Amino acid sequence: MKKNTKDLKSPRNPESKLARHIVTLPKSGIRDFFELVNTMDDVISLGIGEPDFVTPWTIREGSIYSLERGHTSYTSNLGLPSLRKAICEYVAENYKADYDPAHECIVTVGVSEALDLAVRAITNPGDEIIYNEPCYVSYYSEIRMAHGVPVPVPTYEKNNFALDPADLEKAVTPKTKAILLNFPCNPTGATLDMEQLEAIADIARRHDLLVLSDLIYSELTYSGHILPAISSLPGMKERTVFLHGFSKAFAMTGFRIGYACGPFEIIDTMMKIHQYSMLCAPITAQEAAEEALRNGKRDMESMRREYMNRRNVIVKGFNRMGLSCFMPEGAFYAFPNITSTGLSSTEFAKRLLMEQRVAVVPGNAFGKSGEGYVRCSYATSMEKIREALKRIDAFLKSLKKS
Amino acid sequence: MDHKNEILRLLREDGRLSNEEIAERIGVSGKTVENTIRKLEKSGILVGFRALFDDSVLPENAVKAIIEVKVKPERNGGFDRVAKRISRFSKVESLYLMSSGLFDLMIEVRGETLNDVAEFVSSKLAPMEGVVSTSTHFILKKYKESGKLFENEEEHERLKITP
Repeated sequence: MKKNTKDLKSPRNPESKLARHIVTLPKSGIRDFFELVNTMDDVISLGIGEPDFVTPWTIREGSIYSLERGHTSYTSNLGLPSLRKAICEYVAENYKADYDPAHECIVTVGVSEALDLAVRAITNPGDEIIYNEPCYVSYYSEIRMAHGVPVPVPTYEKNNFALDPADLEKAVTPKTKAILLNFPCNPTGATLDMEQLEAIADIARRHDLLVLSDLIYSELTYSGHILPAISSLPGMKERTVFLHGFSKAFAMTGFRIGYACGPFEIIDTMMKIHQYSMLCAPITAQEAAEEALRNGKRDMESMRREYMNRRNVIVKGFNRMGLSCFMPEGAFYAFPNITSTGLSSTEFAKRLLMEQRVAVVPGNAFGKSGEGYVRCSYATSMEKIREALKRIDAFLKSLKKS
Repeated sequence: MDHKNEILRLLREDGRLSNEEIAERIGVSGKTVENTIRKLEKSGILVGFRALFDDSVLPENAVKAIIEVKVKPERNGGFDRVAKRISRFSKVESLYLMSSGLFDLMIEVRGETLNDVAEFVSSKLAPMEGVVSTSTHFILKKYKESGKLFENEEEHERLKITP
């Protein structure tokens, strides 16, 4: 495609024709780094935010079978009824929260769409949404695109990056509409305990706030049990949108299937946006997701065990070489503190890449409070993790010498 | 806490892991791993370590057959006496009692040649007291064994940095 050729009647000043609230959005910090890494060979990447496992065969086979039977049509806007039923059963069993598959559940294109729908369904211009930071790269822009005001609340290493309810409450104003939670957290791996969850629920009830709970990593919890959903607490179901998907636990990132469960009024409003913009999630992927819930548990558990082993190795490795790193209880990220090197997180990541060919993501890509840390994904083979640890150790030693 | 299952799962995947490597993975001391492994060996749960490979490359294992054996059970002891007699032959790799109505024991036999295996069946197995009949199936190709595929799938490259 040719751009800006003279024969085309392009506007004199194309910039001026663009939507201002989008033009002023920052590009994801992770993107620049991606461009840099992509120019290099021989890189061991700890920068990957998706499972290194291929989708379990039973799930792949399920989607092939769906194609074989000729299931290639649209589905209901909300998603296949049988999938919604399976999702609601799964949520009830694992998160102690009951939802009606007919009215309180919507299947989306990844949990990213579910989050987008939820934010757009509840945000009036100027509404504030509070979220824990460091956080997933899209929260800030997601809220801005819906004309909301992002209000990050920093979390700290001393609290194992859990959200301190007292800090959360300080951020509440008369304009606050909702609290967006992501635990287990990308990029920190932090989780909440029951007490913290109850304190947050209490704040939501007292200030009449909604809660959007992004649980995409929740199966990858290593303490042995998954925390009940915040919507299972008294008075919370009516003010919570439960957001989840299949990407991380079932290694299905490319299938793009997520879902939201919540009060009918919110799900129905989300459905309107979904119906006009996306119509429905792809049927092949929806049937694969159904198979994941039916027969994917064993594979999911064996992947979780493998992540847990790798976590133990990588966290011990960082602490041994002098980078303080708390033991994350969820997701597949370690978030070591690199301030002892005297480098900023961007400098650290760039020099580590140039000098030792290891890619990590600078913590400030996940918000200001991520400065001083780097995100290291252990969704990569044990062999590569060990080699990366060796190289990082060599990098730290070379820093000390110079 | 008992780390028996965690240790066994890791060893099942990779029998060459050192005690230290196992310890690091599950977050316990090397000593704990050593002690647990010793206990597992003593109690007869862990009986050995060996490599998994396409063993038909070894001349003595070039041919493998699965043999279904129908056995007349005994009043005292059922199938055990016959099963034990069969299991002692070095050519017999494994032996299972099955729930099929058509046969009772399933055995895996290895030999150098087709004839080698056939000879074992006709001179040792079939004439054995208590054996009613046998049915031999020769294996042509091995695709998967003990959870390992013999032909690796092509690896699909992921993006190097993703959010």
